[in-house]
Amino acid sequence: MCLAIPARIIELKDDFATVDIEGVQRSCNVCLINEPALGEYVLIHAGFAIQKWSEEDVEEYRTIINEMYEQEE
Amino acid sequence: MDLQKHIEIISDLAEQVGKPVKFMEVCGTHTMSAFRSGLRSLLPESISLLSGPGCPVCVTPNEYLDKAIAISRLPGSVIATFRDMIRVPSSESSLEIERAKGADIKVVYSPLDALAYANSNPEKKIVFLGVVFETTAPTVAWTIREAAKKNISNYSVLCTHKTMPWAMDGLLMGGDVQIDGFLCPGHVSVIIGSNAYKFLTDKFGIPCVISGFEAFDMIASIEMLLKQLVSNCAVVENQYSRSVTPEGNLSALSLLDEVFEPCDIAWRGLGIIPKSGLRIREKFFKYDADMIFSDIDLPKSIQEKGCICGDVLRGTRTPLDCLLFSKKCTPDSPLGACMVSSEGTCSAYYKYRGDSVEF
Ligand code: SF4
Repeated sequence: MCLAIPARIIELKDDFATVDIEGVQRSCNVCLINEPALGEYVLIHAGFAIQKWSEEDVEEYRTIINEMYEQEE
Repeated sequence: MDLQKHIEIISDLAEQVGKPVKFMEVCGTHTMSAFRSGLRSLLPESISLLSGPGCPVCVTPNEYLDKAIAISRLPGSVIATFRDMIRVPSSESSLEIERAKGADIKVVYSPLDALAYANSNPEKKIVFLGVVFETTAPTVAWTIREAAKKNISNYSVLCTHKTMPWAMDGLLMGGDVQIDGFLCPGHVSVIIGSNAYKFLTDKFGIPCVISGFEAFDMIASIEMLLKQLVSNCAVVENQYSRSVTPEGNLSALSLLDEVFEPCDIAWRGLGIIPKSGLRIREKFFKYDADMIFSDIDLPKSIQEKGCICGDVLRGTRTPLDCLLFSKKCTPDSPLGACMVSSEGTCSAYYKYRGDSVEF
């Protein structure tokens, strides 16, 4: 139940943002993070952004996921 | 990262440790990831992974569910909850059975959905089941504060939020299970920060590593725990640095503090653990379902005979020690919370029992 997934902010309005999660768009609350900005990556949990991810964090995540797929093939 | 290379490093470190070791993960998402990826069977025989009390649904005692069910039977009341709670057996029923009998039970993805439903249905009383750890508790706190701001008086929370470091403290204080290191929960730690575990390493001399959720993250974390054992040190390390900071999410922590205060709370299998719960502060009592429904009649709480969920959650026994496992108790007809929740240990053992998985 503590699962959280990375998503990119594509629209911001007051306390809420539209985020893109691998092509799927969702609304989420951004009150729990400081100064959310368009294009930034955030971790989403239960409808809230709970942390920002830097470009390097996203890169590290992609590397881990890609290597896992490679191991499975 | 070459998986094989890391497994070799782990085997080498395990040999240097020179005795069997038990690492406990205290997050249901870690439990599932370890099973799904086959990680358990990749580890050397001397390393066991124990699943601790990391599934919030599993650690919620029957008394809480009994109260939720009693509320659901009141005219005009609506229970809003995450999906995993629906099928958990209580003393004499479940939310699923109550729904079949006509109770209004809504499955929601976020407490925001419950608050929005309350806002657009003022004639109904919406009670959200606050059965979560620190990852989700701030989202519930936000809805309570928002309900107060907008005076949405038909929204309340039946609160049994729990906090993880104090449960780990309770487990170690209980002393009936050998734990050589903790894989600390990644997303709980996003909120509370890595510093929150420091008292455990100081008090018990037990290594703690905050781990991400992919199999590679967990392998790297196990390697870090073993390195600590080899060098005979016990500190908090952060493998999941892409999400977790030392101080945590300060906005979320301040919101938690505004709405909740620490309290002693009952965990299934662990009993009452001091300071390990969060209750709603007096300022927000109007939104506290425990206060609103304080005089409701409850049945005598009964546990399923033969179910050893409590021991499984403490890590003293595994589901394979339960005589009901996969016979009378299956995901289709679960007798205990650990078989219902998708993150429950019994459910994970059942799902992966046919695979060549090392338990
Ligand atoms: S298998 Fe079922 S009855 Fe046995 S401990 Fe697990 S949930 Fe309880």
